[in-house]
Amino acid sequence: MRVIGKGVNREDGYEKVTGRALFADDHSFPGMLYARVKRSIYPHARILEIDTSRAKALPGVLAVATARDIPGMNVVHVVIDDQPLLADKTVMYVGEPLAVVAAETPEIAEQACDLIDVKYSKLPAVLDILKARGKSSPKIYKDNNVFAHHKIRKGNIEEGFKKADIVLEQIYRTPYQEHAYLEPQGMVAVPRYGSTMEIYGTMQCPFYVQQAVADITGLDLSRVRVVQTYTGGAFGGKEDVPSLVAGQAALLAYHTQRPVKLIYSREEDIISMSKRHPAWIKYRSGVTKDGKLTAVEIEFLFDSGAYSTLSSVVLWRGIVHSVGPYNVPHVKVDAYAVATNKVPCGAFRGFGSPQVIFAAETQMNELAAKLDMDPAQFRSINLLQEGDLTATSQLLDHSVGIGDTLKAALGSSNWRDKRKGSGGTDGSVRKGIGLSTVFYGVGLGAGGKQMARAGAYVQLLRDGSAQFAVGTTEMGQGMRTVLSQIVAEQLGIPYKKVYMIETDTSRVPDSGPTVASRATVMSGNALIKACAPLREILLKRAGIILGQDPQFLIFQDEMIHLEEHPEIAVPLMKVIEDCHHHRENMSHEGWFISPETSWDPETGQGKAYFIYSWATNIAEVEVDIETGQVKVLKITAAHDMGKAINPLLVEGQIEGGALQGMGYGLMEEVLVDEGRIINPNFSTYIIPTVIDAPEFQPIIVEKPFRDGPYGAKGFGELPLMGVAPAVTAAISHALGITLHEIPATPERILEAIQAAKKANLNG
Amino acid sequence: MITINFTVNGQKKELEVKGTATLLEILRDELYLTGTKEGCGKGECGACTVIMDGKAVNSCLILATQADGSEITTIEDLEHDGALHPLQEAFIEAGAVQCGFCIPGFIMSAKAFLDKNHYPTREEIKMAIAGNLCRCTGYRKIIDAIQLAARKMYGEKP
Repeated sequence: MRVIGKGVNREDGYEKVTGRALFADDHSFPGMLYARVKRSIYPHARILEIDTSRAKALPGVLAVATARDIPGMNVVHVVIDDQPLLADKTVMYVGEPLAVVAAETPEIAEQACDLIDVKYSKLPAVLDILKARGKSSPKIYKDNNVFAHHKIRKGNIEEGFKKADIVLEQIYRTPYQEHAYLEPQGMVAVPRYGSTMEIYGTMQCPFYVQQAVADITGLDLSRVRVVQTYTGGAFGGKEDVPSLVAGQAALLAYHTQRPVKLIYSREEDIISMSKRHPAWIKYRSGVTKDGKLTAVEIEFLFDSGAYSTLSSVVLWRGIVHSVGPYNVPHVKVDAYAVATNKVPCGAFRGFGSPQVIFAAETQMNELAAKLDMDPAQFRSINLLQEGDLTATSQLLDHSVGIGDTLKAALGSSNWRDKRKGSGGTDGSVRKGIGLSTVFYGVGLGAGGKQMARAGAYVQLLRDGSAQFAVGTTEMGQGMRTVLSQIVAEQLGIPYKKVYMIETDTSRVPDSGPTVASRATVMSGNALIKACAPLREILLKRAGIILGQDPQFLIFQDEMIHLEEHPEIAVPLMKVIEDCHHHRENMSHEGWFISPETSWDPETGQGKAYFIYSWATNIAEVEVDIETGQVKVLKITAAHDMGKAINPLLVEGQIEGGALQGMGYGLMEEVLVDEGRIINPNFSTYIIPTVIDAPEFQPIIVEKPFRDGPYGAKGFGELPLMGVAPAVTAAISHALGITLHEIPATPERILEAIQAAKKANLNG
Repeated sequence: MITINFTVNGQKKELEVKGTATLLEILRDELYLTGTKEGCGKGECGACTVIMDGKAVNSCLILATQADGSEITTIEDLEHDGALHPLQEAFIEAGAVQCGFCIPGFIMSAKAFLDKNHYPTREEIKMAIAGNLCRCTGYRKIIDAIQLAARKMYGEKP
């Protein structure tokens, strides 16, 4: 292939290195106003009064809007419609929006927000997920504070544990994680033609934003157009919440009939936008003395925050991934999304899986230790293989690369020698190495089946260049580049001649959200379908020019020639000109519906996802036993993504995801006091810097997916998912301790060292 | 309002600014140089890095009035006559760009650094960009890019 599988330069590289790429805040329109949001200061309170009169009287203020000023519905639709755009009677979390202001300058808008007087009557708040389901807890959602309960029932759990020689039960806790995309949330709403609304902004899901703006303004979907601007990172954090930002801007644009720009400050972004759900996980596994898993029983709770938003689907991905990539005959899982008076949690790379993967993988490592077995050997006994059934009894019939990733990572990292040579007595520094094996269900799966389709539009122009449009978005992951490569390969034209039009709801039909690592498979397949009639026309015209049967013609090196006789050829460019000359339709659409999935909610059995991607992570660390400081030396990550359409971008995804996973395991923690986030900036919420970054060894494994474009499966989320438990396993290996809570901060590591000492003394 | 005179990307500018305005604000809002980004507004992320009198600075922490009399270089000044600066080329070739929001800041930090250190080690590069946050790449390819740019500009160490 000419372009597929090549590490070509990013399609959007030039715009990004020159500063020409226009992100949300870089857009301006004549007569534009600036918006600010008034937010709740209590986690739970009745709103007695919102007095906007002083704010409205401030010179330079054009509009102040509260829930009463919403012309359509005061709802931001996600799954269950419990979340308002602006709080009306009750505030449910600190930072909840109450009112919005539009003014001539951002400073005036800010001042006006300060002049809005809100009178509250405080209510008791639900803050602890472990108490929230109790009888004595205040109720903030139905009669049990549970947004969703999902379960898996496979085999017979009692039988499974009876067959076990060793049973291990532990409690695990994982923290909030903040996306910390470098570009904060931002939208510009532009009213046009008296009765339409255009939205420009940073987002993953333009069709969600379109729905939200239509609901709030009362406009038909046909009158709302959403255009994605260059998007400065997202990681799930721009899945559903941009609907809030766009709704706020659109409400003000509706009332003022002027363009309104709303850019969140970093602090506002951290306190009010979604996060990874904190989790409490009780995990029980049974294993025979020769290392076969017999049973896994899990109960876990996600701290969902004040509104349900995506929690139900996040929880669903959580249960499907909770057992790990292992063959386990007897499984029982119960998971609950619990309502609390805190910021609503939502999507974050891995989507409910990193929490349970931390527990599952730590469990695997500790079981291996109990069996006195190498954790890699213990994995290979239990890893899923072709022909096996998953925890949801899905038959894996092809593209199962987990064994290959394990082998590649073990070999590359020199696992066996390093595993033996752990510890060391070089002063206070100890070395360790740990691993994790993980799988990832690609796409929305049975949990989001109704949205599992995508459209595309391709036009081949008379100068030999092509432009295309899709409904999924570029947020840094490299979709623009990968899809441009697919179009170039399909049409036989140079990669540089392909241009992707910015994602715009008016160009293609609703293609669902850009989440779940689905863009390559869904938009890639839709583009291949859109290119098919163009290829046919080109071959037909070439056949006429050459006087040959088109079925024997092929595309090669910007020529079309007879397969058997390459000398009988015509330049592709001449064929394109000829097509235009003969008034052929050179623009076509494609529509792709995902392969079937299925689910029985009573048993949690079914074909959860149409395909899985697989990975092995190996982390090497140095730990100072006196300070508890960890230095991650190296992360080896072997991934099976079916086909690396662009290996350079694949490596970038692996490395960046691994560093986010390392941050999750070691340092990132949103601190909440009485419902208030107390570290809402980058000097207190610490993400890895270049100084923290380890050496990376990304490894590509390709087990083709038969329904994927050129065999590709999605994998953008996978690099993050299993890194935290690999790092904590390495720390445990270095120190001979156990860690059941992340992040593994120096304080927690020193505590674990103390606990291990005590246990040794007592034992 | 206070009048300031300074040089931006080789052009002399005279501007009336508010006493509270930051250099970042006047670059973006008055001079329309939107290549310089605001990621946090508090000097914690480095997305707003520009070069002021030869030094990389967080433009969100500099008052516009402090820039009076200074010489400022922003990302917009690196490409000349359609030719990218070696740093810009290297960032593309090394695969150091993902979402791109932090990239102008990284390139400006790297430029100020390479202007003074022509043959840097990886450790020296790390120190030079320790004030710039990137959430996408894992940094390795950014270090690769800066090393590649140094070689493009100055060759191997003699």
